[in-house]
Amino acid sequence: MIEVSIDNTFGTFRLKMDFSFGPGLTALFGRSGSGKTKLVDAVAGLEQISQGRIVINDQVLLDTQKGINLPPEQRRIGYVFQEARLFPHLSVKRNLTYGMALLPANQRRHTVEEIVDLMSIAHLLERYPATLSGGEKQRIAIGRALLSSPRLLLMDEPLASLDAIHKEEILPFIERLRDETGLPIIYVSHSIEEVIRLADTMALLSDGEIAAQGTVEDVMSRLDLHPLTGRYEAGAVINTVVQGHDDHDGLTSLGCAAGNFLLPRIYVDLGSKIRLRVRARDVSLALDKPNSTSVLNVFKGVITQISPMGPSPHVDFLIDIGVPLIARITRRSCNELKLRPGSTVYAMIKAAAIDRRNTGYARTNPIDNGDENDSGDETHEHLH
Amino acid sequence: MFSPMESEAIWLSVRVATLATVFSLPFAILIAWLLARVSFPGKIILNAVVHLPLILPPVVVGYILLVMLGKRGVIGQFLHDVLGISFAFSWQGAALAAAVMAFPLMVRAIILSLDGVDRGIEQAARTLGASPWKVFLTITLPLTLPGLITGCLLSFARSLGEFGATITFVSNIPGETQTIPLALYSLINTPGGDDGAFRLMIAAICLSLLALIASEILAKRVNKTLKG
Repeated sequence: MIEVSIDNTFGTFRLKMDFSFGPGLTALFGRSGSGKTKLVDAVAGLEQISQGRIVINDQVLLDTQKGINLPPEQRRIGYVFQEARLFPHLSVKRNLTYGMALLPANQRRHTVEEIVDLMSIAHLLERYPATLSGGEKQRIAIGRALLSSPRLLLMDEPLASLDAIHKEEILPFIERLRDETGLPIIYVSHSIEEVIRLADTMALLSDGEIAAQGTVEDVMSRLDLHPLTGRYEAGAVINTVVQGHDDHDGLTSLGCAAGNFLLPRIYVDLGSKIRLRVRARDVSLALDKPNSTSVLNVFKGVITQISPMGPSPHVDFLIDIGVPLIARITRRSCNELKLRPGSTVYAMIKAAAIDRRNTGYARTNPIDNGDENDSGDETHEHLH
Repeated sequence: MFSPMESEAIWLSVRVATLATVFSLPFAILIAWLLARVSFPGKIILNAVVHLPLILPPVVVGYILLVMLGKRGVIGQFLHDVLGISFAFSWQGAALAAAVMAFPLMVRAIILSLDGVDRGIEQAARTLGASPWKVFLTITLPLTLPGLITGCLLSFARSLGEFGATITFVSNIPGETQTIPLALYSLINTPGGDDGAFRLMIAAICLSLLALIASEILAKRVNKTLKG
């Protein structure tokens, strides 16, 4: 269990929060300027905090009341920065072993071979950072942090400075890291796609405070948080299991409590647990069951909540179709259809609107407290 | 090829410049680090004092050294009576004069390099478990290497050319304090010394070029690692 409580003013910006989280990957999500980096810097000991307390599994790193403030080098917290921050004068191999070498041998949790294997970097060991691509650098940076045997790993937008292709290259490694090391991870991001793909739980940051915290599914289905999660990106996150593939039509069927979702073929094994995001703007509503329609995904449901009517031309609905679904339609349609909480509606989602980027692997093994987990993880081999 | 006086001057110059450079390096690193990284009251004054040799006439610096470190100088007397060290009229004194004159050049080169070191990289080293001192030795200093090389070259070259402060502080004693510039000056003022002066001029050019080329090769090697 990791507890963080901070009240500190940086110039005109106040960081004030009190939150705790367990093992697994916790996403810190928020707009730029919401205080995400300040928070992880404070946890790492890179920012001086005037009032606060940080505890990792009963080990006190900071307690301003008791005058405890461990310097960064004694906190044993791994930090992967947005820019890899490799040591340019050292070879990849010496970058990797820099932190490890400072640790007594009996406290090292990984061998170089293990990490080189996990991150697939064996062919880079003799190179120097200046000759590596952005994605390669970031993999080295992750490996370097892991080899210092941290108690907690901080990742501050590790993909933000990479292009789409290199992002796709790194994501599987972060998934492996999440599933195979059992290390608690704080993952800072402003990309909802990354959060959905990687996070077990998420905390929503706004103006230096935690606005909401919980499982990704719960936080994303709260209508009141849409101004913070981003109006454009708002949408429900649904846990599903792969039911089948239709190679003839190139479709994949994902099952959940609402029934089956069809979407363009994704290359994952049957039975894999997949987290699916359905953007609110991709959902349309009808009062009667549509008979002749191109839309493949039609679910009957009941409106449970409507966002407050404002000057915005849109209205957001929370609909229970067996799982929570969010729909965004115009205010005019809402008035014409006389939609109210309790109304029965048919929600329609074009299969074509859902793509690979809106799906992510849910963790296949249960989270337990930091033990090396079992090898029942048959899916990660097929991640791409 | 060279007369005994000339070869003595050349050899002395090399010794003086080497000693001056080697001994001022640790101090230059310390002062550069203070000026580049630490804020403290009186920083402006330290900065001004370090830069004085650059803006004062060399003869004035030499005279200050004489007053302070001469046999009857404030510090010189203490050093001589208590520790048995004397800079007056010795080649070590010539090295000191050269070191003082070259010091600001060395410090400036190192500051420039320190400013270019990414603090984020140092922070990364801290999170990996390195103490500030360890970070300085294993990260900051190696990344400052281009500045250290430049600083040493500047200091060595400046020391080879030192004239005013040296002649004022330790005089012009053949075999002891008569470096190339001083020997050259003597030869020019001696009837029939033209040939010797010419040979020393060639020697000075060669020495300076050699130092420059050596530092260029070193810097290139370092930069190849750092920048790919």
